[in-house]
Amino acid sequence: MTDDGLETADGAGVIDVLSVTKAFGELEVLKGIDLTVGEHEAVALIGASGSGKSTLLRCVDLLEEVDGGDILLDGEVITDPSVDPVAVRKKLGFVFQAFNLFPHLDVLENITLGAVQSGQMKRKEAEERGRELLARFGLGDREKEKPDRLSGGQQQRVALIRAFAPNPRALLLDEVTSALDPELVGEVLELVRELKAEGMTMLIATHEMGFAREVADRVAFLEGGRLLEVGAAATVIDSPSEPETRRFLGRLHQGGLA
Amino acid sequence: MTRPAHPSSTEADAIPAPGDGGRQAARERARKAKTRRGQAIAFASSVVVLGGLAVAVFTSSGWPEVKSQFFSVEAFTDSFPGILSAFWIDVKVFLIVEVVVLILGLFVAVVRTSTNPALFPFRVLGAVYCDVFRGIPVVLLIYLFGFGIPALALQGVPTDPLILGSIALALAYGSYVAEVFRAGILSIHRTQFESGLAIGLNRLQTLRHVVLPQAVRRVRPPLLNDFIALQKDVALLAVVGVIEAYRQAQIDAAATFNYTPLVAAALLYLAVTIPMARLLDYISRPDDPSRGMAK
Repeated sequence: MTDDGLETADGAGVIDVLSVTKAFGELEVLKGIDLTVGEHEAVALIGASGSGKSTLLRCVDLLEEVDGGDILLDGEVITDPSVDPVAVRKKLGFVFQAFNLFPHLDVLENITLGAVQSGQMKRKEAEERGRELLARFGLGDREKEKPDRLSGGQQQRVALIRAFAPNPRALLLDEVTSALDPELVGEVLELVRELKAEGMTMLIATHEMGFAREVADRVAFLEGGRLLEVGAAATVIDSPSEPETRRFLGRLHQGGLA
Repeated sequence: MTRPAHPSSTEADAIPAPGDGGRQAARERARKAKTRRGQAIAFASSVVVLGGLAVAVFTSSGWPEVKSQFFSVEAFTDSFPGILSAFWIDVKVFLIVEVVVLILGLFVAVVRTSTNPALFPFRVLGAVYCDVFRGIPVVLLIYLFGFGIPALALQGVPTDPLILGSIALALAYGSYVAEVFRAGILSIHRTQFESGLAIGLNRLQTLRHVVLPQAVRRVRPPLLNDFIALQKDVALLAVVGVIEAYRQAQIDAAATFNYTPLVAAALLYLAVTIPMARLLDYISRPDDPSRGMAK
């Protein structure tokens, strides 16, 4: 894909972030972020730990309240106090770094709980869809297992399935491979790749530069709460125009991470 | 040259080369010897301690007296049926109060851990309730309820000391159990709550389907512990005139000048508390997969 976001820059994307600021006490985490994620587009958020990637994702899912600016979902403001956050979260899927599966429920129950209880699907329908997705992603024989019987990679795949099973408008992935042993990263990224191929709209915070380059249409580089550079993935990662981006990528290269 | 009489000392002359299968056999023998030695020590220690206690009791100058006063077979068989039937009152009160305590405790704990501003006055009331009822001796509460409330002569309020005493028990134990549930709820990590919100549940659904099931599972051992205490404390209803097992045994003892009925009552309490204690051990065993929540 070659579109560089120009066609959605007018605020008609699936997710539009407009001049968003967010502080925790004295600490300003987001200092005015503008970003659009278009239909079927995957945007990777890169940047050092503490640069604001997670906070931005959490603001989009209304797990944090923005201070300034607005966020739009399908052109509608979701950061207005009158908006029901539950209705917004039903349209979004969120995957946490630490999986956050429900340890008292089995794999299939983890996947169906949200869709069934929030009234998006009938139990039977949700279970059918859950089984079908588990089978498709190589977890068909694990539906009755409790999460602590699964490897980290399997748990994160279940968490991904849980997030996209109800067909959300967009997926928000918060460093979904950072808590995994290196040999388990591949299986999780493979699933994300498949979702991208299906046209899922995604906003992905990640430390995996190779993956960002391959899967993301655009990459946004965050530093100290500001977006310093946004552009086509290959351009930003291979020939960044900002010195800060170059320094950040250089540090990763030295660490053997990119 | 003298050698200590230690089993490994003779083998020290011929230490097998590294990788030699002989060392595995040697370790095996040493392990078995250690196990045998441990069993022998446990046995000897038991004989000395328990035997010593038995000798001390049975040879004491007062033992014949105690035996006839507390362990009289005749007095036991005479009083046991009456105490057993009185014990059903204990069982019934326990079963009903237990259910009330569970519901009350869970309700108070949920209110106290809520963050909704509208529930603020209820959070205050919950805190006051827990402080007050946890802090007053149960026996005093039963007195106050059993004798104080009928004295108010209010219309439609029960005056039966059995009911009033049971209410006092339920309120006292409700406050203990509320604190147990509250600790359980607070021990569930915030990320579980967020995870519930992220899959589209509202706050109440998240509490119901995500937080509470994990919290309740986690506090089952202290909860059962409180129930064992409750099973025994039903005997406190005796102070407002309820003739349950303890009171019945006391009446029998006073009538016959023999304390054996009290021992009979004690055995009945043990008959219900010991199974509960074993159940507690069973569900809190360390390798229980249903405990879940490794993280």
